[in-house]
Amino acid sequence: MLIIETAAKSAMIADALKSFPNECCGFMFGFEEGSLRTITTSVEVNNAKEGDQRRRFEISAIDYMRAEKYADENNLILLGIYHSHPNHPAIPSEHDRIAAQGYFSYVIISIMESKFSSILSWQLNDVSQFEEEKII
Amino acid sequence: MATVIIPTPLRKFTNNTSKIEIKGGNITEAINELAFNFPDLKKHLLDESGNIRSFVNIFVGNDDIRDLQQENTVVKEDAVVSIIPAIAGGS
Repeated sequence: MLIIETAAKSAMIADALKSFPNECCGFMFGFEEGSLRTITTSVEVNNAKEGDQRRRFEISAIDYMRAEKYADENNLILLGIYHSHPNHPAIPSEHDRIAAQGYFSYVIISIMESKFSSILSWQLNDVSQFEEEKII
Repeated sequence: MATVIIPTPLRKFTNNTSKIEIKGGNITEAINELAFNFPDLKKHLLDESGNIRSFVNIFVGNDDIRDLQQENTVVKEDAVVSIIPAIAGGS
């Protein structure tokens, strides 16, 4: 289960709205207590995908290194990645699944016609399929 | 000793250790040393042919080994090697 603190959630949704009709992306940081994860901080990063960003996102290796360093320096855990699905539901695609990492929470924000629609979180299971991670 | 930074998703295969000291040499030797000490990590770094997986980036300092000498890239004693998962997707 996942708790997303209000400020982090608002920042992710704002990034998704601002980036529409393109996809946004960023990192999520926080802490774990058993199976409960709490996202305290989200940090938006540049969508490094070359070409059409309306249906794709990519985060550069340099930004990833910075994220691990940020977590280390701030005594946080890099818990996952968020991105938006402009005019698509907050359900992971095959592109999302292929590149996904075990352990990470993948938060997807659906923006429909410039308006926030829904936010869902997903995690890979033991057979590399996404399962919804309940946001509480 | 050189230092390898393990990305968060792979730390479950390194006893939750984020930084691992290695002898150095080159990238192939560094990965072999990691795989020997943490056998479960190996399949996440190398494919069935023993090549570095396409979704795995390896940097020495701030440089991608693809822009250096690939697996033959030298790892100096004070080097910091980062294993970086490719992060991508979309609707």
